[in-house]
Amino acid sequence: MVSWRRMAAITLRYFYLLRGSPARIVPLFAWVGIDIVLWGFISRYLNTVASAGFNFIPALLGAVLLWDFLIRIMQGVTMAFFEDVWSRNFLNIFATPLSISEYLGGLVLSSIATSVVGLLVMLILATTVFGLSFFLYGLLLLQFVVVLFLFGIALGIFASGVVLRLGPAAEWFIWPIPALLAPFAGVFYPLSTLPKWMQHFATLLPPAYVFEGVRGVVSGRAAPHAELAWAISLAMLYLIVACWFFARVYRHAVRTGLIARYSAESLS
Amino acid sequence: MNESRQASESNKTRVLVARKLCKSYGEIVAVNGISFDVCRGEIVGILGPNGAGKTTTINMILGVLEPDSGSIRIEGLDLATHRSRALEQTNFAAVYAPLPGNLTVYQNLRIFGLIYGVVHLAERIDETIEQFDLVRFRDTRCGALSSGEQTRVSLAKATLNGPRLLLLDEPTTSLDPAVARDIRAIIREYATNGERGVLWTSHNMYEVEAVCDRVLFLSHGKILLEGSPKELLHEHGKATLEDLFITVAREPLTLEEH
Repeated sequence: MVSWRRMAAITLRYFYLLRGSPARIVPLFAWVGIDIVLWGFISRYLNTVASAGFNFIPALLGAVLLWDFLIRIMQGVTMAFFEDVWSRNFLNIFATPLSISEYLGGLVLSSIATSVVGLLVMLILATTVFGLSFFLYGLLLLQFVVVLFLFGIALGIFASGVVLRLGPAAEWFIWPIPALLAPFAGVFYPLSTLPKWMQHFATLLPPAYVFEGVRGVVSGRAAPHAELAWAISLAMLYLIVACWFFARVYRHAVRTGLIARYSAESLS
Repeated sequence: MNESRQASESNKTRVLVARKLCKSYGEIVAVNGISFDVCRGEIVGILGPNGAGKTTTINMILGVLEPDSGSIRIEGLDLATHRSRALEQTNFAAVYAPLPGNLTVYQNLRIFGLIYGVVHLAERIDETIEQFDLVRFRDTRCGALSSGEQTRVSLAKATLNGPRLLLLDEPTTSLDPAVARDIRAIIREYATNGERGVLWTSHNMYEVEAVCDRVLFLSHGKILLEGSPKELLHEHGKATLEDLFITVAREPLTLEEH
C-alpha cells in the first residue's frame, strides 16, 4: 500500500532545500517571467503589423505560457530527482521502506509545488502587463492544463530513468528535451506549416493538440473536445510507459549493483 | 507439526536469516553461497579482507542489490516479496553513505524519520540528537560537519527508528578513539536490550573483539570461519584476532582445509 507519509518526506526534503537556497528559488520564476515579458512584447508588436482581427496575445503569449508550464512540470520532477544524484543519496533513499511508486509520487508532488509558483508568476505577468484573458479559452483551459501536466510528468519521470540508467553525466541529455520537442509540438505555428513527416510525428505528441486547440479557439473554431480527449489518453499512456521505464531501470540497477555504486556510472 | 513449531520458535529468536546467498558481477563471484543468522541481543561481526564480499552482503540485506540466488528473511519477512515491511525493521550506517550535506542534522533526521514511519518523531529526534551528542549541530548542514560528526549523524539516522536489525559498515572508521569507544558502548547497549540484532563490519580487530558476540570470516565470498572471537582464537591457536585475520587474508586455503 502506498504511504502518503513517505511521499511527503520526499517533498519535504525538496522544500527544505528550496527554503535554504536562493539559487534554487530564483529559477522557479525568473526564466518563465523573462519568457513572458519577451513573448508579451513580441505578441504586442505582431498585433501592430499583422492584419486586424487576429490577436497574438492569446495565440502566441498564451501558447508560450502553456509551453513554459509543461517545461516547469518536467523540470520539477527532474530537479527533485537530481538532488539525490548530486548529493549521492541513492543508497540512503533506496535502502529504506520507500517504494518506487512512493518515490515517484514524492517527485511529482515536489514538481506540482514548484510549478505552481512559476505558473502564478506567469499568470500575473501575462494578465496584468499584457492583458491575456483566460476566459477566452473557457473550460478548454482545464483540458489544456491536464494534457500538459500529464505529459510533463511523463517526460520528467522518463528523463529521471535515463539519468538513473546512464549515470550523472547523462543529465546533459535531459535539459534540451523540451527544445527538441518544441518544433514538433507547434507551439509557435500551426502544424500545417511542418513537412508531412514532422506532422506525422506531431500527432504522437499530446502538446501538439493543445497548441492547435489554442489557435483554433482564438480563430473562433469549434472546441476540439475529441482531439483533447485523445491527447489526454495519449499523455496518460506516456505516463504509464514512463513509470514502467523508471521501474525497469531501477530493477536493473538493483540487479547489477548500480544503486550502491552509482558514481561509477556503469558496472560493465 | 513439531518441526514447524521448532522453525517458528527459531524465527522468534532470529532477526535475520540469510540462506545460500550468491552474487556475481560478470565473471567475478562476490558472494558464494553464504548462510548465516543474526539473533536478538546479538552483535555479529563480518570480517574479511578488501573484496571479500562484506559490503555486497550488506547491500543485499539492505535490498539495494538483488542476490542471484538465496533468500533473506528479516523478522520472518522475505525481503524479495515483502520489501517495504522487511526494511521497516532495518536501518544502516556506512562510511560511504553520508547523509545529504545540503540538509541540516534535524532536517535529515526528520525526512528519514518520516520514511521509516517513526512514531512521536519530534521527541525521538530530540532523544537521538542528544544520545549522539549532536545538540549543538542540530541546525548545522551535514556537509559543514567533520567526518567524525557526520558519522555520528549517520548513526543517529540508523538508530532513529529503533530497527530490529541494525547494519553497520565500518561505522567507527572516521571517529577518534574516545568517540569510537562511546559509540561502541551505545551500540552494545542498543543490541543487548533483547529485541535487536546488529550486523557489524570493521577492520578494527580490537573493536570487533570488544563488541561482537560472534564473527564470520569471509574470504572470496565464502564464510571460512564462524564463532565467538574467543573460541576462534582458541581453536586456531592465535593470540589475537588480527593474527587470525591475517591468516584468513593470506592463507584462506589452510582454513578451508581446516
